[in-house]
Amino acid sequence: MAKHTLIAYVEDVPGVLNRISSLFRRRNFNIDSLTVGRTEQTGVSRLTVVVEATDAGARIVEANLYKLVNVLRVDDLTHKSALMRELGLVKVKVTPQTRAQVLQLVEVFRARVVDVDEETLVIEVTGTPEKIGKFELVLRPYGIVEIVRTGAVAMARGSALLSSAPPLVRTDTSADHGNDDSGLSMSV
Amino acid sequence: MKLTGAEIIWECLQKEGVDVVFGYPGGAILPTYDAMTKYPKIHHVLVRHEQGATHMADGYARASGKVGVAIATSGPGATNMVTGIATAMMDSSPIVCITGQVGSKAIGTDAFQETDVTGVTLPITKHNYLVTKPGDIARAIREAFYIAKSGRPGPVLVDITKDAQQMTAEFDWEGAAPRLPGYRPSYHAPMSEYARAADLINSAKRPLILAGQGILKSGTTAEVLALAKKAGIPITTTLLGLGVIPASSPLNLGMMGMHGEAWVNQAIQQADLLIALGMRFDDRVTGNLKTYALNAKKIHVDIDPTEINKNVPVDVALIGDLREVLALIEPQVKKGTHSDWWTSINAQRGDAAVRDIQALPDSGHLYAAHVINDLWRLTQKRDTIVVTDVGQHQMWEAQYYRHEKPRSLITSGGLGTMGFALPAAIGAKFACPDKDVWVVVGDGGFQMTSCELATAEQEGIKVNVAIINNSFLGMVRQWQEFFYDKRYAATPMTGPDFVKLAEAYRLKGLRCNQRGDVKSTVEKTLATKGTVVIDFVVEKEDSVFPMVPAGADLDKMIRRPKQDVMLEAGSDKDWEMPAASAAPVKTSATPRGRGKTLPVAKKAARPALRKSNRR
Repeated sequence: MAKHTLIAYVEDVPGVLNRISSLFRRRNFNIDSLTVGRTEQTGVSRLTVVVEATDAGARIVEANLYKLVNVLRVDDLTHKSALMRELGLVKVKVTPQTRAQVLQLVEVFRARVVDVDEETLVIEVTGTPEKIGKFELVLRPYGIVEIVRTGAVAMARGSALLSSAPPLVRTDTSADHGNDDSGLSMSV
Repeated sequence: MKLTGAEIIWECLQKEGVDVVFGYPGGAILPTYDAMTKYPKIHHVLVRHEQGATHMADGYARASGKVGVAIATSGPGATNMVTGIATAMMDSSPIVCITGQVGSKAIGTDAFQETDVTGVTLPITKHNYLVTKPGDIARAIREAFYIAKSGRPGPVLVDITKDAQQMTAEFDWEGAAPRLPGYRPSYHAPMSEYARAADLINSAKRPLILAGQGILKSGTTAEVLALAKKAGIPITTTLLGLGVIPASSPLNLGMMGMHGEAWVNQAIQQADLLIALGMRFDDRVTGNLKTYALNAKKIHVDIDPTEINKNVPVDVALIGDLREVLALIEPQVKKGTHSDWWTSINAQRGDAAVRDIQALPDSGHLYAAHVINDLWRLTQKRDTIVVTDVGQHQMWEAQYYRHEKPRSLITSGGLGTMGFALPAAIGAKFACPDKDVWVVVGDGGFQMTSCELATAEQEGIKVNVAIINNSFLGMVRQWQEFFYDKRYAATPMTGPDFVKLAEAYRLKGLRCNQRGDVKSTVEKTLATKGTVVIDFVVEKEDSVFPMVPAGADLDKMIRRPKQDVMLEAGSDKDWEMPAASAAPVKTSATPRGRGKTLPVAKKAARPALRKSNRR
């Protein structure tokens, strides 16, 4: 079992997120994080899903995502060169004695202080999920009031093409999509 | 052309070639029912419960290969459809369900008869739609039909708000063509995989074809038979695959799985290559996955990529339409006979293969197997569809009724829905009015949906209902006998006088409790106009053999006891639980895990237990 990062392009229609989360629940896939946002194309949203799975399990997840009618394409970035980023906001307790130490840690992690009052700091940190986890760990002794993480987003490096079909399937099948006149072309 | 949403629904159904719909009216779907009167070409069958409507649409679809249509109102009407939709989903049956929804402004207010039906049916439909504008109805229905019948078929639900049915919109059929950029009904396997598959087939010594319902869906019976004949490969079928390969074909070994033929399950465990065609390695056909066909390489052909490696890891996956796959693979397959393999299978088959219970002396008892085998003998020359429910009678039907043609058996396989048979049979009769339709149903399942007798009566159609009445929930009772020390909790069951029940519905009722009367009863039924209900009063505590206990190794079957009068003459000599080393199979299951599920271990343990009690 390892963390797998899947990118899914989906039609931006009501209920699509529900369909995806329902699929994961129903098939008993273990979601680590799920983020969704708009893309460069109107009407298309992009999901980044991190799942705990074996390689074979991840292929089944990918095939199941493809089976959803509103899913346009899926790519497993796990074994590809990819960038992964997450944003976290951490509200941590500070005293006049600890403030300098915390600010030093902020420096080390290349984070930013975005709010200050007498008793707390709110720190914005971006990076890999591991880095944010580490940052949380080192701040814990000072007293974390609250923390929020966006979940990971990911993007493949370079200009390699994304896959456009489930595993084990011939990919030159654009002729199959005979009714593809919606303008939702996902060719990259 | 401006039409109301309700009229658009019927226009679309007409354009899709629908000639019959099964439904039940109610508040939120009333505008659609009102508009129905303008479309007399489509016949509406008034059901007695919305579950029945979905099973009828399902039975219609399975008998005809066309899309079945069910209609219901919002809230309880729609939730009553859930069982039928889930049944169609599990067995890949193309149906379209149209439900009324409360007005779009009332959605989310807990309005009267409001249920989030698209939410409820999300995991049990191939896809679903909530339509709130009349202008969106045509596209939703066109897409629903297209999705339901293409690729791996399945149910699609279209939930339409009452105001969308009432308001008008331009009806533009051409403009409403499906726009589904993410929907991929068909795939093609890479050519390299074909070469690998052909190599495996050509080098196999003990190959076996596992034939599933995909053959029926793709209409490739002839192609599969041609391949099997050319390469000399025996075929076994799943429950839903019964009929896709003629029972009389010498290549057909019979059914596999929990209640499959003993020699078939042995052959699967001994095979060195399994060629799975349009089947999905359900737990009821594999038994313990850890010990399933360990000696065999596997080729899996399926149109649905999510089935690959889901239960059984395979060596070669050919994802695509079976017709295309078979056309591409057949030229690469060399001629063969595999005569040693056939000899070995035939040796295991022995006398049990005959299953000729005709020769047994009449002991005065009426067994379900007698009824079903006699029914087959009496109806085999006629064009017959048998629709079965779920339970012991379903397995006996699978064993003792020999299906020669695809679509001659309709049964709820994946979901195992009791109450399926009668409504599905009514649907099948509407699909094939010229065929005889027989319902084989238990007394338990029949009582779940017997209200649909009224539908059959009102429609004036003839379905022949054979109730296999053992006054028990028989299959559950059998499990209690084998695995719960005969503690028959909640399985003894009474029922109405089924003859009088039929008569109360103004239908003919017959009763038969002797072997000698089966023939005349069936003949009387066939000669009667209209639906007939037969109460076959059979042995109460008969069991289905052989049986692979749930989760046990596939070749570890419980066989019919020797002293049982139903025992086929001269066969099944070693009925006792097979010894652990019965088959040359590498097994990785722990003895503890295995012993737990096997009744023989219990039987062995029982005397010791009694002894200690005495002390």
